[in-house]
Amino acid sequence: MRKIGDQIGSFLFVLPALAFFVTFSIYPLFKTFQLSFFQWDGMTKNMTFVGFQNYINAFRDFIWLKSLKNGVYLAILALIIMNSIAFILAVLVNLRIRCSKFYRVVFYIPPILSGIVVGFIWKWIYDPNYGILNGILDILHLSQFKRAWLSDIHTALISVSIASMWQGVGGSFILFLAGLQGIPEELYEASIVDGASFWQQFFYITIPLMSRTLMIVSILTILGAMQLLTIVIPLTNGGPGFETEVPALRIYKEAFSNYRFGYATALSVLLGIMLFIISIIQIKLRRTD
Amino acid sequence: MKVKLNRIFIHLFLISYAITCLFPLVWMISTSLKTTSEVYLNRNLIPKSLNFENYIKAWTEGNFSIYFTNSIIYTISIVVGIVIVSTLAAYAFAKLNFPFKNIIYYAFLMMMLIPIPGAFVPLYVLLVKLGIQNTRIGYILPMINSGLSVSIFILKEFFEQIPKELEESAVIDGCNKFQLYYKIMFPLALPAISTIVIFNALSAWNEYILAAVNFTDPNKMPVQQGLFIFQGQYFTRYELLMAATTIITLPIIILYLSMQRYIVKSISGAVKG
Repeated sequence: MRKIGDQIGSFLFVLPALAFFVTFSIYPLFKTFQLSFFQWDGMTKNMTFVGFQNYINAFRDFIWLKSLKNGVYLAILALIIMNSIAFILAVLVNLRIRCSKFYRVVFYIPPILSGIVVGFIWKWIYDPNYGILNGILDILHLSQFKRAWLSDIHTALISVSIASMWQGVGGSFILFLAGLQGIPEELYEASIVDGASFWQQFFYITIPLMSRTLMIVSILTILGAMQLLTIVIPLTNGGPGFETEVPALRIYKEAFSNYRFGYATALSVLLGIMLFIISIIQIKLRRTD
Repeated sequence: MKVKLNRIFIHLFLISYAITCLFPLVWMISTSLKTTSEVYLNRNLIPKSLNFENYIKAWTEGNFSIYFTNSIIYTISIVVGIVIVSTLAAYAFAKLNFPFKNIIYYAFLMMMLIPIPGAFVPLYVLLVKLGIQNTRIGYILPMINSGLSVSIFILKEFFEQIPKELEESAVIDGCNKFQLYYKIMFPLALPAISTIVIFNALSAWNEYILAAVNFTDPNKMPVQQGLFIFQGQYFTRYELLMAATTIITLPIIILYLSMQRYIVKSISGAVKG
């Protein structure tokens, strides 16, 4: 009896966390699945069961497919450009140079800012009439390249991507740096004895030993890019047209602008499944430690 | 690594990237210090004279005194809530025994690793159902939840490293489980708790989506939502907007610079986790 009372006492410690978790994580998760089979405006009591109709509609929804395509585009750019910059910065900062602490601190400033603030700052940089980007092009006598960056369909998405990569480099950088610092120094010392060059060290020690970190950072980058939302709202809010529409913004608008809660949750489930598959790889990687 | 690469070129590269990081912020501050006419006539980085009027206007006309107070209330409530709930749970997961302990812990862990996109839609439905949509508590409670799993994860790892002998001697001295928690475990965990405080304070201060879903009453909105009042349909008052973004960004940059040791260390730990 005493043991049972003891265990109940112990259980009370996790009870608050569990109550939060069930109410604000588990319930919404089930609610998402449930609502995705209904047609509902989010307010009235009229809920119509429509089976898989919301899902079927999603595959024919030009705007949704466009937003997914944009999400993939943002993810690919971030994987290639953002993570390359972050990796190079991390390798250089790890070279035992002077002021390495200064660089570490500065490179991680953009990630601590809010997406809304970063979005507004870059919107102002891109401003067609008074923005500094067009101003710099004027100074450099490159006026022919001036444009309305965010409202021109040819540059809107890449401009959003650049702003979000500017914010994201620091996060990948810190993770790469942590991975590099985990490589035992003796390996490099031994390779020097064997007469290895910088590039040989890089390709035969650094890259192989960083493969797991590279994978984890890549997955986090994909997850982040596919769920990009706040930075887009002040920048373009998905425009012009649907050029910079992203999946999470689509879900937001379907629910709170179009009042199609059933459809919005069906889109959540679809995006969730895609991200879940990617996350599984991440979880497997973390286990094999 | 002893490399004979030219160190000057390395520094040039790193400094130019550091400038890339800082330039948008410098441009933000520069704009906030210009007069309205100067903003639209002069693209110089350095304003003609330091003009703090935009700050006063953003603070008073832009209602930033209200948004700022709200954000402070939310950030403190959310962080305090997370610290209490997550230390209690992490202590139990690390040191106590009860049925289904591991299953519950892995459920928390899964929530940390698996993203649920668009969770704000069912959360809105829930808040309406509970009758707390457009209330402060309706914002604070789900925000506490959103910080829990990562915090519990970090704290549990920390508690597990605390030697058993400490607990045993405290039990001999007559401590019960709860006294053990708040007299011994909580004070010992302060380094880990400060990491949790910083991270959750940053994410609470920067949060936008849940606020947008929850609040319709401008008097309850946090700073991130407040920024949108400077954005007119046809015209944006950038000098006021940049003053407002400076006001809300400076506190977190100061917090970051004073606490960056904890921040960098704990992210580094996360990748190995």
